[in-house]
Amino acid sequence: MRRGAAAVAAFAITAALAGPAVAHAMLEHANPPVGSTVAAAPSALTLRFTQQLEPAFSGVTVTDAAGRRVDLGNAVVPPGHAEELQVRLKPLAAGRYTVRWHAVSVDTHRTEGNFTFTVAGR
Amino acid sequence: MNVRRCLAVAALAGAALLAAGSPVRAHGFAGQRFFPATILNDDPFVADELSLPTVTRPPEDAGGAHEIDLDVEFSKRITPRLGFSLGEGWTSLKPAGAGSATGLTGLETGVQYQLFVNGPHEAIGLVGLDVSWAHTGRVAALGASDFTTLSPRFAFGKGFGDLPYSLDWLRPIAVTGNLSVDFPSKTESAGSPNPNFFNYGFAVEYSLTYLQCCVKDVGLRRPFSQLIPVVEMAFSTPINRSEGFSTVGTIQPGIIWSGESFQIGAEAIIPVNDASGKGIGGVVQLHFYLDDLFPRSLGKPISEW
Repeated sequence: MRRGAAAVAAFAITAALAGPAVAHAMLEHANPPVGSTVAAAPSALTLRFTQQLEPAFSGVTVTDAAGRRVDLGNAVVPPGHAEELQVRLKPLAAGRYTVRWHAVSVDTHRTEGNFTFTVAGR
Repeated sequence: MNVRRCLAVAALAGAALLAAGSPVRAHGFAGQRFFPATILNDDPFVADELSLPTVTRPPEDAGGAHEIDLDVEFSKRITPRLGFSLGEGWTSLKPAGAGSATGLTGLETGVQYQLFVNGPHEAIGLVGLDVSWAHTGRVAALGASDFTTLSPRFAFGKGFGDLPYSLDWLRPIAVTGNLSVDFPSKTESAGSPNPNFFNYGFAVEYSLTYLQCCVKDVGLRRPFSQLIPVVEMAFSTPINRSEGFSTVGTIQPGIIWSGESFQIGAEAIIPVNDASGKGIGGVVQLHFYLDDLFPRSLGKPISEW
């Protein structure tokens, strides 16, 4: 049993020596928040991930209920915020919007996802 | 000697660190659905992963014996769709009123092929052939098999993320399952029959990670947003030569915490009938994602072909 415990410890040390894991970029939170209803139409969408992104291979689109693009197509990873993806939005009317994102973390793992947020009517 | 063989399986992982490969896609993903490695049921995906260790305290058996198991399993992708696995276990068995016996439970190997991955519908499927090898454990003392068993297997996973938005709170649910049949190489051992068994198992998961990222931000943050409550169940039914055998199985409620490079799982083990054991057992598992730990060496398929 002691040798078994030593094997676990040996692997843990090896894993640690391999350096910090970069792993998959998972969506940590968004603004507007996932599934939220916001009173005022946002002028931009910000996604924050659990890992740093490769800007050239990461992107996001926002569409309205009719499937029309409402983002300005200029998604960027802001300087100094390598875990964020931002895109500016057209003026949004009341309604539900769908966000579709894809992200490639710096270790080349690709992830994707979608969610909705709603702009409340006045 | 027994522990040495356990260590040899673990050492394979270390040796493979020297292997080289090419960039790969993620493990356990179908679209935005992440399927964690479940403890009782085999995964429906090929992966570069290492379970080290899985510690199990099964329920007391019908004869009153107590048991502790220590298992190791290493999974490696050969290509992005083809993988293999090696598993080995060490057991301490103490029959009622007798001394304890310890030793290996037998070498298990497997080869798997990823049949499909459907991202939009969060569906994933795999076929595999598992082999439990004869005479690789302590046959006399621990009841390890003196025959080899071939078990063709189909495994699947399905997330409910494609449900309509009106059913939002159900969308974090996912189900994985396994169906297999055991084909023993000997029809009997020491005068007792070796049946063909039909094995079936399922896991139902409610992913707080999925809830948070893809359905509704309820304010959970790490580490709580990385929890996945799960209920697993698995059963074995003899389909021939069944004299003296009955369906056995367990139901295992628990929770998995999935980090960036490893996950930890813990489950209670509840036998479904007297033949499956008495009382409640438990299992804990530490499981490493090798593709995240070693993305440029061990964590890649050997070939991109």
